[in-house]
Amino acid sequence: MISLDKLTKVFGHGPHATVVLEDLNFSVAEREIFAIVGPSGAGKSTLAQCINLLERPTSGSVIVNGENLSHLNEEQLRIARRRIGTIFQSDGLFSRRTAAQNVALPLEYLGATKGEAKHRVAELLERVGLSSRANHFPHELSGGQRQRVGIARALALRPSVLLADEATSGLDPESTASIVALLKELRDDLGLAILFITHEMDTVLKVADSVARLDHGHIVESGALVSLLRDPTSLLGQALRPTSTPAVLPAGKDQWQLVYANAHVPADWLSTLSLTVGSPISLLGASIETINGAVVGQATIGLNATDDSTIINAALDLGLVAERISEQRPLLAPAPVLEIVA
Amino acid sequence: MSVIHSAVNDVPLDKIPALVFPALVETLIMVGIVMVIVIVVGVPLGALVHNLAPGGLIENRAAHSTVSWVVSIGRSLPFLILMASIMPFTRLITGTNIGIAAAVVPMSLAGVAFFTRIVENSLRSVPPSLVRVARASGASKLQVVRTAQLSEAVPQILGGLTINTIAMIEYSAIAGTIGAGGIGYVAVTYGYQRFDNTVMLVTIVILVVTVALVQLLGDAAVRLTTPYARRSSKRMRRAAPVSSEPVLAA
Repeated sequence: MISLDKLTKVFGHGPHATVVLEDLNFSVAEREIFAIVGPSGAGKSTLAQCINLLERPTSGSVIVNGENLSHLNEEQLRIARRRIGTIFQSDGLFSRRTAAQNVALPLEYLGATKGEAKHRVAELLERVGLSSRANHFPHELSGGQRQRVGIARALALRPSVLLADEATSGLDPESTASIVALLKELRDDLGLAILFITHEMDTVLKVADSVARLDHGHIVESGALVSLLRDPTSLLGQALRPTSTPAVLPAGKDQWQLVYANAHVPADWLSTLSLTVGSPISLLGASIETINGAVVGQATIGLNATDDSTIINAALDLGLVAERISEQRPLLAPAPVLEIVA
Repeated sequence: MSVIHSAVNDVPLDKIPALVFPALVETLIMVGIVMVIVIVVGVPLGALVHNLAPGGLIENRAAHSTVSWVVSIGRSLPFLILMASIMPFTRLITGTNIGIAAAVVPMSLAGVAFFTRIVENSLRSVPPSLVRVARASGASKLQVVRTAQLSEAVPQILGGLTINTIAMIEYSAIAGTIGAGGIGYVAVTYGYQRFDNTVMLVTIVILVVTVALVQLLGDAAVRLTTPYARRSSKRMRRAAPVSSEPVLAA
């Protein structure tokens, strides 16, 4: 379990001071994957360095398992860092060390004996499925394999918190999926609190239990992933829902956007809605999926003009929040993007 | 005509080995001692300068400027001038102004200054992200320097060490003029001052071969310490017979 309490980071002094992070509060429980998203320049890397204690916060605290790590001296800090495993963007491997030697690094720093280290390294490589690559150098491994080595290394000292700083950025979709699966597996097996910092929304959908959006050093929105996705008013939820351009609206129909707002949306809502409002419905676009065991989704439909409130109420009865999309809005307009909104 | 003229004073061919080989041994001893000092002092000094710089592990602007300035002085004096100007210092340390011991002092100073910059430069080429990785993995500052900086820069440092060694062979010839002996000294006194073309030629050949050998050794060391180069050269060797098969068939 890790929590931040009023964490603030300021670089520089006096008139040149830049506030990079301001008054951040959140906590990540055991067996939780907490994603932090935000555009570049939002303060994500500084946040990562404050969490793995490479940077000291200007004020506020980082608390791991109830212990405040912000007031430690340099030597205590070095020991405290061992409780937090960090997975870096794929280039964090030492080029002149084999996979096994890279994984052994934290053990070497700790002063583990050769025998102990060897045993633990074998166990870790086995855990991430790379036993057969133990003696390969980083340049002989694929991006996904390199990141697995990075994960094994982060786990070497049995941390209770894992920090993934853009861990899947730059990986191909297949490798990303396998890293995400591995992280979820590790969370369940080892009871880790995982902090996943990224700018990739689609990865967040696959990995996170909760999400916070960081912008200009502030957390502007946060919550459980599923509730954000079910909240039609949430900008973060909107940014997270996969969007694509819907089909062309047939003439004489109005375009509506529906968002799954709760767990009770019947699978056959489309025909039910059509009967209730007494109009055939054109399905123009939809994305419905199960995330963390809950069904979430959205749909774009077209139907013949009737009273707006009839449609809204009928949809609401089915657990859907309906919003009419005005005709002025160009059909091909890009989906609202976080950066623009902010 | 000049051949006949100079032949009178020339060292006879059969005496040349007796003249040249002890000189070569002197050069190797001189350069060997100097290089040991250069590595022992230059590596920590280079790491120190690198880490005192902004963004380093023990960032300190004042200390960085001071050390950097001292190193630059060592780098900027022509070796002959450096050697002459530190004579009193040399005598203080070795008790003499001539011979190998006296040559080792100025050569080490020049060599350390040179190597400090080489080490500093090599460390700069290591991705700074590795330092973060090491620190986040719980490394102490010394462990960071050893594993995330020096160890990763070994190939570059060895490449620089090769250049440095060759420069020291060159300096040893200049140091030869204060009676330190060595192959360079033989070239200057016999070849240049006494117009003995044969000795000149022999010393040139020996120097070229020595420098080429040092370079070959250095290149091999760099290759051996670079996993990428090591593996790819093995692959190339393995691939070679395959590619030559069609030629043999034809």
